[in-house]
Amino acid sequence: MTTLTALCTLVAVGILLIILTYIAAQGIGSLNLNFLIDAPRPVGEGGGIGNAIVGSLVLLLLCSAIGLPIGIAIGIYLSEFGGGKFAGVVRFVVDTLTGVPSIVIGVFVYAMVVLPLKHFSALSGGIALAIIMIPIVARTTEEMIKLVPHSLREGALALGAPQWRVTLGVVIPAAASGIATGAMLAIARISGETAPLLFTAFGSRFFSYYLDQPIASLTVQIYNYAISPYDEWHAQAWAATLVLMVLILSINIAVRFLTRKKF
Amino acid sequence: MSLPEGQAEKIAVRNLNFYYGKVQALHDVSLQVPERMVMAFIGPSGCGKSTFLRTLNRMNDVIPGTRVEGQVLIDDHDVYAPGTDVVELRRKVGMVFQKSNPFPKSIFDNVAYGLRINRLTSDRHELESRVEQALRDAALWDEVKDRLKTSALSLSGGQQQRLCIARALAVRPEVVLMDEPASALDPIATSKIEELIFDLKKQYTIVIVTHNMQQAARVSDTTAFFLLGKLIEVNSTEKMFTNPNEKLTEDYITGRFG
Repeated sequence: MTTLTALCTLVAVGILLIILTYIAAQGIGSLNLNFLIDAPRPVGEGGGIGNAIVGSLVLLLLCSAIGLPIGIAIGIYLSEFGGGKFAGVVRFVVDTLTGVPSIVIGVFVYAMVVLPLKHFSALSGGIALAIIMIPIVARTTEEMIKLVPHSLREGALALGAPQWRVTLGVVIPAAASGIATGAMLAIARISGETAPLLFTAFGSRFFSYYLDQPIASLTVQIYNYAISPYDEWHAQAWAATLVLMVLILSINIAVRFLTRKKF
Repeated sequence: MSLPEGQAEKIAVRNLNFYYGKVQALHDVSLQVPERMVMAFIGPSGCGKSTFLRTLNRMNDVIPGTRVEGQVLIDDHDVYAPGTDVVELRRKVGMVFQKSNPFPKSIFDNVAYGLRINRLTSDRHELESRVEQALRDAALWDEVKDRLKTSALSLSGGQQQRLCIARALAVRPEVVLMDEPASALDPIATSKIEELIFDLKKQYTIVIVTHNMQQAARVSDTTAFFLLGKLIEVNSTEKMFTNPNEKLTEDYITGRFG
């Protein structure tokens, strides 16, 4: 039994290590400072992914600003007040939403946001990512809050705390690191999303900070470069992949650092 | 049982029925709790003693599908009367649970929690002195005074339970309900809690649920015996354990069932 489980663990860790080393080996060659800060240039002239890094960060911030509060609020509702029929419906809807392919959400946002506004925009990309994020955050938040022992709530109630203060002052702090972990996983998951951005944020070859304009993102840039016929762009796609991996890894490490258990 | 001569009553319960959904957990219980004394509830598991204890500060309200009939008078005010401020009630009637449940906060913040949420003091200095007093009252101060900022979860089981007592005392309740406060503790920690209860009755009215009959005999002045949701007998602890009025009580105390 021990051998079998150890073997499976080894396979999982091995695959991860192979992916990481392969990407690093392929990508490290084209990686330099200019690559990280420059905008793309025509083939043969170098250029970089600075605009895509900025664009990805803008999109992540935007979708976190929309998706995290809504997702966490739904999770709190489901766990703290979710006994009734309505909550059951919400739970079902959230679970279904988790299973909707991301490209479907991209098409939906295209119809709902992009078409009425008549152009692609960072905002629509952020909305699409937020929609993907909300159910993940909602369910992890709910699970994490449910792990908080009932005795803690009773202890606070017995001291005369009203329900909302119990939730805000005792339950959520006790679940905070779990909720943050869920948020982190959601962010890591959506920072790899490409399909929904193709119809929404669209991508751009220039630096852009405007929410109503198309914006570049690492994933779309990788996609465009990878399907191009040029070897130079293929190499740049590998390097961009490496950057994306490092970005996701740093999000993980940063959140872990910020949510270290103080008590 | 009528109270001894000259003894004021703090809590008077009249014809209390309690239901979990359709299941009736308490049948027509009437009882008086004397002020500044310790009353123990004994009885086998599932006899309703914890349920009864929790009706006194309306902690059962948070369990869906429960229903109460009858009166619980604390200082002659019915706590189930419409318009009763439950928050105020729970400040006045503190509670200590079977399993110690410190918040995942510092020792200081645990004790200060009740003071802060009830806005009992806004002055930092007064807050500190009331936390200290509560910890002293709970006989914990000397053990934690140098590490008030450390996690409450770093304390031992017995210390955690005394911390929970300190937390309950900090808001200066008049009644302290204890639901098997020592059942998860070792004998030394248990004896500390018992000594504490003995000291606390100078200031507080204490109601304690216990499985341990020796404990009831050691700490309480009066004892109530519950069986299958009915109150069988209330008597002075001495009389209860030497010469109870009811045959059922005698059978239980002498270990013939339960």
